[in-house]
Amino acid sequence: MELLLQQILSGLATGTIYACMALAVVMIYQAIGHLNFAQGEMATFSTFVAWQLLAWGVPYWAAFVLTIALSFVAGVLIERVVFRPLHGAPALSHIVVFIALLAIFNNGAGFIWDFTIKSFPSPFGQTTMFGSMLNAHQAGMIVCTLVMLVLLYLFFSRTRLGLAMRAAAANPESARLVGIRVGWMIALGWGLASAIGAVAGMLIAPIIFLEPNMMLGVLLYGFAGAVLGGLTSPVGAVVGGLVVGVVENLAGTYVPVVGSELKLTIALSLIILVLIFKPSGLFGRAVAKRV
Amino acid sequence: MTIERTTALVFLICALAVPAMISGFVTFQLTMLLIYAIAIMGLNLLTGFNGQFSLGHSAFYAIGAYTAAILMDQFGIGYIWTLPAAGLVCFAVGFLFGFPALRLEGTYLALATFGLAVATPQILKLTPLEHWTGGVQGVFVMKPNAPFGLPLTSDQWLYYLTLAAFVLLYVLAKNLVTSRTGRALLAIRENPIAAQSMGINVSLYKTLTFGVSAAYTGIAGALGAIVIQFVAPDSFGFMLSVTFLVGVVVGGIAWLPGAIIGAAFILFVPNFAEDISKGLSGAVYGIIMILLIYVMPSGAGGIVSSALRVLRSR
Amino acid sequence: MTALLSVKGLTASYGDGQVLSGVDFEVQRGGVTVLLGANGAGKTTTLRALCGMVRRSGDIVLDGAPIQNLSTEGVVRLGVAHVPDGRGTFAQLTVDENLQLGSITRRDRRGIGEDVERCFTYFPVLKERRGQQAGTLSGGEQQMLAVARALMLRPKLMLLDEPSFGLAPMIVKQIFAIFRTLSESTSVSMLIVEQNAALALELADHAYLLETGRVVFSGRPDDIRNDPTLRRSYLGY
Repeated sequence: MELLLQQILSGLATGTIYACMALAVVMIYQAIGHLNFAQGEMATFSTFVAWQLLAWGVPYWAAFVLTIALSFVAGVLIERVVFRPLHGAPALSHIVVFIALLAIFNNGAGFIWDFTIKSFPSPFGQTTMFGSMLNAHQAGMIVCTLVMLVLLYLFFSRTRLGLAMRAAAANPESARLVGIRVGWMIALGWGLASAIGAVAGMLIAPIIFLEPNMMLGVLLYGFAGAVLGGLTSPVGAVVGGLVVGVVENLAGTYVPVVGSELKLTIALSLIILVLIFKPSGLFGRAVAKRV
Repeated sequence: MTIERTTALVFLICALAVPAMISGFVTFQLTMLLIYAIAIMGLNLLTGFNGQFSLGHSAFYAIGAYTAAILMDQFGIGYIWTLPAAGLVCFAVGFLFGFPALRLEGTYLALATFGLAVATPQILKLTPLEHWTGGVQGVFVMKPNAPFGLPLTSDQWLYYLTLAAFVLLYVLAKNLVTSRTGRALLAIRENPIAAQSMGINVSLYKTLTFGVSAAYTGIAGALGAIVIQFVAPDSFGFMLSVTFLVGVVVGGIAWLPGAIIGAAFILFVPNFAEDISKGLSGAVYGIIMILLIYVMPSGAGGIVSSALRVLRSR
Repeated sequence: MTALLSVKGLTASYGDGQVLSGVDFEVQRGGVTVLLGANGAGKTTTLRALCGMVRRSGDIVLDGAPIQNLSTEGVVRLGVAHVPDGRGTFAQLTVDENLQLGSITRRDRRGIGEDVERCFTYFPVLKERRGQQAGTLSGGEQQMLAVARALMLRPKLMLLDEPSFGLAPMIVKQIFAIFRTLSESTSVSMLIVEQNAALALELADHAYLLETGRVVFSGRPDDIRNDPTLRRSYLGY
């Protein structure tokens, strides 16, 4: 029983990371209707930037905030420079460009910081707590993510800019008709997604170690979470990410061999099952198809 | 039609003559080019002609390669026979994967196949399968010599074998896409609902296309295993799928001869990128991909077809 | 009166098909202008062309400044509120949020609050529904919301596309009464596209008739009422 509880709690802790990645993916999906396959590599690159800042002696939280800010700006720039010309282009063009970005960030990170595994510090330490149910870093991950989610919720529900972003995502044509600069709202969505990814990367790096391919598997779980929650629902993405984290951990503990060796396959099966049996996810809206 | 016929003939003559003039290594490279071209042709049948995206063709390539390697290594079956075997196995797997894919469109299908590609190396490393797959170590394969005492090195023989497979598969694909079936595939790509209402069995065509596409890529995988003499899980990762997709886009959507151009691109551009900047080849490759999408979104096929139009209108 | 909006040689096309071929018209400051015409004459396209929602060319001058090269957002920010066909409300957002979006380009917080209250006095039903998602409103209520949202911009010019479309006669009467109030009590100018010609002509001070992308007649509402042919074609009696 205690083992079960412990596994659920630590599943929730990693689930927060999947939730962040899912949220980042949904943020861009809502803005442009495509899945950002480069989200993971962007987050990894951000984490390397944080690592570099720390190596230069910047205090942890200063580096944390600075990395988020830089990632935000980079996200906005990527949209303005790379994706704006693609507006209205077919899905295949988008997929190829996402993949190209993936290659650029992956290789760029490997080129600048090389491919050896690096350890990344945790500001929370590793002491265990709650009767050895969780360690301090896992608890810190949960708290950080919760704080970020609350801030995002307030931004989208209480500020005019947040409202404008929601309007631009929901109905771009009407948004233009009330004077919203839809293109910039999309770019802001990219900035936020990139910043959220940076948080996820910096929080997961102390657990899985930093290297250029760090986030590929994490992104797959993020996709699974986003699909489970329904790609049109930010709340759903967070819940989906948490569920995926718990499922992954329980499978790893209780299902022999397959559970621990086929973690990515579990994510894959989850994605396919959800897409087949409930394509709109747990929280998403079904979209009618026009003929 | 004459321009195409002439080009095909010139290509074939050059392809037959070339091994006599080049070194073993270049022959090996050209063999790989033809292998990639087969895989790209397979993916193009699915994505280009039928409008189904796949980021998971590395999985079918892997299944083909492992089928060939295991048949030779464990069962001592002749390498020639592993090619149709790999094709059949991959057809079955692709056909089955095509069923869930039926429910998925565009980005969703890309996502599901992305998952397939990322998960494949892990499945290949699975402990219970280690007896056959060799786990992380992979499987070694003997290099076949030219049969019937032909005066060819084994590199040259494999080149001709691959060329024969390529020509055969190309002709089959060409006949497929110019037939009624091909028109049905295009109709499905353009508007599945309209196709359905015209009496085309959309589900059947889509799943069959998935199977055929997987079979092409699987045969390419089997040839790859024989030529490289080695299979290991990590050579069949997500990036391989990406490479095939890039080959399709560069060669041109729904244009079969583009497979050769696409294959040449994915084989030689990374080297070229490495010349520009050694450590940054992936990034240079990525930038080239982005520029391609901006400059020629319809690939080499688009350029050729507009050139032909200009020639004919004269 | 002087012209607030003056349009010369406006053309617009969707893909290869040209829909407007050189349309000229004006909207007077504080006036109500109506565009009449059969289905497919190009009325909706004219409104969309003014806002840059379709590819267009020609001269469009608003308040002395050319706007034909501005983006949709740019035109709106100059005080042009467009109530499109299909209403264009944000179905998943609440009534309150829809109204806030109408004023999203404004900076005067207090004025916005006052304008929300003013909209609620025009359309009391919206006040009852303020926390509901716009998509749950009835057709008439959605049209009211669309008009209210346009008013939140404090527009110089309102473009109204078929405001009576699909609504019960009672509701139509109510909405047009509010247009009259607005026109009489504020300085806003209106350009209305309407199938219900009789209703629109009661409100208008100038009318244009469009046929296959061209203006074929321009005059006061009485000119149409007094011309037997036009009366029969457009008013049906």
